[in-house]
Amino acid sequence: MPPERAEAPHAPLIRLARRPWFYAATGAVLVWLLVVASAEGRGAWATLGTALGFGTFYVITGLGQMLVIAAGPGNIDLSIPSMMTLAGYLGMGLMGGENGRLALGFLLAFGLGLAGGAANLLLIRLFAIPPMIATLAAGLVMQSVTIAYSRGSTAKPPPLLLDAALAHLGPLPLIALGALLLSAVMALLMSRSVFGRTLLALGQNARAAYLAGLRTGPAHAAAYLLSGVFAALAGFWLAAYSGGASLNMAEDFLLMSIAVVVLGGSRVSGGAVSVGGLWGASLLLYLIVTLLNVWTVSAGLRYVLTGLIILLVLGLSGER
Amino acid sequence: MTGDPGGGSAPFIRLEGIVKRFGAIEALRGVSLAIPPATTLALLGHNGAGKSTLMNILAGTLRPDRGAILIAGEDHAAHWQARRAYGLGIRCVFQELSLCPNLDAVENTRILHREISGRGWRRRTEALLEETLGRIFGGAKLDLRHPVGGLSLAARQMIEIARAFLPIPAPPRLVILDEPTSSLGAQAAEALLRFLPEAHRDGTAVIFISHRLREVLTHCRRVVGMRDGEITAERDAAELTPEGLVELMGSARAAATSDEARAKERDRVRVSLRLPSLPGGPSALIAREAEIVGLAGLDGHGQRASLLRLFAAAQGARMPDVRLDGRVAYVSGDRPREGVFPLWTVGHNLTVGLIRRIQRWGWLSAAQEREIAEDWRGRLQVRAPSIATPILALSGGNQQKVLIARALAAEPDILLLDDPMRGVDIGTKRELFAVLRDEAARGRTILLYTTETEELVHCDRTYVFFEGRLADEIPRAAFNEERLLRASFAHAA
Repeated sequence: MPPERAEAPHAPLIRLARRPWFYAATGAVLVWLLVVASAEGRGAWATLGTALGFGTFYVITGLGQMLVIAAGPGNIDLSIPSMMTLAGYLGMGLMGGENGRLALGFLLAFGLGLAGGAANLLLIRLFAIPPMIATLAAGLVMQSVTIAYSRGSTAKPPPLLLDAALAHLGPLPLIALGALLLSAVMALLMSRSVFGRTLLALGQNARAAYLAGLRTGPAHAAAYLLSGVFAALAGFWLAAYSGGASLNMAEDFLLMSIAVVVLGGSRVSGGAVSVGGLWGASLLLYLIVTLLNVWTVSAGLRYVLTGLIILLVLGLSGER
Repeated sequence: MTGDPGGGSAPFIRLEGIVKRFGAIEALRGVSLAIPPATTLALLGHNGAGKSTLMNILAGTLRPDRGAILIAGEDHAAHWQARRAYGLGIRCVFQELSLCPNLDAVENTRILHREISGRGWRRRTEALLEETLGRIFGGAKLDLRHPVGGLSLAARQMIEIARAFLPIPAPPRLVILDEPTSSLGAQAAEALLRFLPEAHRDGTAVIFISHRLREVLTHCRRVVGMRDGEITAERDAAELTPEGLVELMGSARAAATSDEARAKERDRVRVSLRLPSLPGGPSALIAREAEIVGLAGLDGHGQRASLLRLFAAAQGARMPDVRLDGRVAYVSGDRPREGVFPLWTVGHNLTVGLIRRIQRWGWLSAAQEREIAEDWRGRLQVRAPSIATPILALSGGNQQKVLIARALAAEPDILLLDDPMRGVDIGTKRELFAVLRDEAARGRTILLYTTETEELVHCDRTYVFFEGRLADEIPRAAFNEERLLRASFAHAA
């Protein structure tokens, strides 16, 4: 049949366009080209490097948010920014700028992440509070602790940590490589592990998951715990990356952690995720800000345009 | 025809040759029924006889495909709808409660009766509702300003019934009561039945659907029996005995096809569930190795709840009245709500039931999953281009094959089937029952809840449920429809 044959070469492209991450990734490339064009070709790789550096933090927090959202309608973690600031402050504070206490600070951040996730779970499961309210409340508590603690304490990272945060391997930031590795593990976990399968089944149809004999409780718990840990580690590294913790260092992340998940092609109502899309969306969002900065657009207009672009990509990718 | 208290007047509403199809299924095949004014007419029939469809048509929530709806000589069939039925004085109390749980009784009343308006409507409605409740149920005290979701089932049912009988704008001409007494307490049920003659004095006719035969005989004037979408008989209640009522619903059929070579008696008890029993009924549900055990009776009388209890016990819930020996899998016939994972392929939907068994350190092998999925796709002849096809691209019957394959692939000792053939075509049904018989012969225990009488012929034994209790246990050799009907209506043989 000739007509079908004529269409055959297009088929892979069409299939590509149906991938959930396609629009975010394409958008990221386009915006990057625009940035490069606006700067007349200078600093193309440097821009990409910086985007990868900052984008990394979106990706890490997005990974946690993605797991939580995957667990099904209503699930969301709004404590991420508070978790980041808390872990950043307390981690830097415990180390007190000393290289020798690096491991200690790292462990503290990790433990705080677990504790934060557990607190969210306690409110959601034991007290049956909707996740949106439970995580917001838990976040408020974390924020208060941070504010109380932040008075008169140093929040500078130890020199060794600062070096590590800013280190590059060739053109790539070291932390981006770390996040890439983490993403690969998560992608594999979601597609090929009992945990991933259970979480996605729970997100699509909780009743069917129970009747299929899956143990959904532990998977649901793991999603929130991992989200807490990822947020805490992102906060720890962000504090180091930006030369010290500050109270408002993570305020972007409430919206961004959700935006990268949704823009990246994961399903808002749960049950389907895309780790690749998380990277595309993170780079896109960072590069948009860069582009608008290059064009010296005012801060207010920048927010408006960022919002419009998010809506545009969501509308294009459709069917959610 | 009969001397109704309405004074031998013409019927309030007359249905003629009503036909209603749902896809390939003919739910009503030419039903003609005249409803006299100011009498109570009982409607009897087993699951799927067409009672609910007929009542939905009367209430205007369904429109007939063919036939006439005659009121005062005028045919309304072409423009029949709920608002029109309401305007003509037809009210309906359905079995599944239709009150909005977040609204109080007064607000729920306002939703049905749009005439209520103007200043002080709450106060006026409350007073009217209270008066009607008093007339029907006597002194029952109900909180009419509390969201009904927080009230007991019986209280909600009372409100719903009072709402239907409310004289707004005039007393109703016809009230349909679909199993009203099953969720009311004994006292309230009795009060409702005693109220019916009073309603007739206002000119209200009542259609009464019940599975309690004694109620029907003492409180209804006419009895209509339905079966397979047709009216099989119409009699005066005075002429009938409970046996006669059972016969109205269907003729006794010959015993089911005799057993194949399952002589090898095995008696290892796999499942035991203690349940309250009716006089003469068994005291526990027992299922042995290599047995197909049927759960029957009218829909919603504890069969599904029993299966869910067994499953919960298998998942580790503490159930002192349950004893299980072996692993358990569950298949529901409610595919969208309880079975299918809509975003996944056939393969993932199939293997999800056994991922916990084939994991190694929490990881799954793609090759192994593919092998298992292909194997079961072949064994159950799932009609799908490949295991990578999205599950929603399949027909209902083939989706159900995937769900049954999911359960069987997990190699359960005990298979719980909750009306698994719902919406499955006859050919697929036959294939699936062949598979199930095969699996039972290999030693699996199968518990089958079904609302279709014909499916019970596949069962070695059948337990009949009535209001959460066991009414009868029928061995295959003694199975016939009459005995099933008797037990379903709590009239043990």
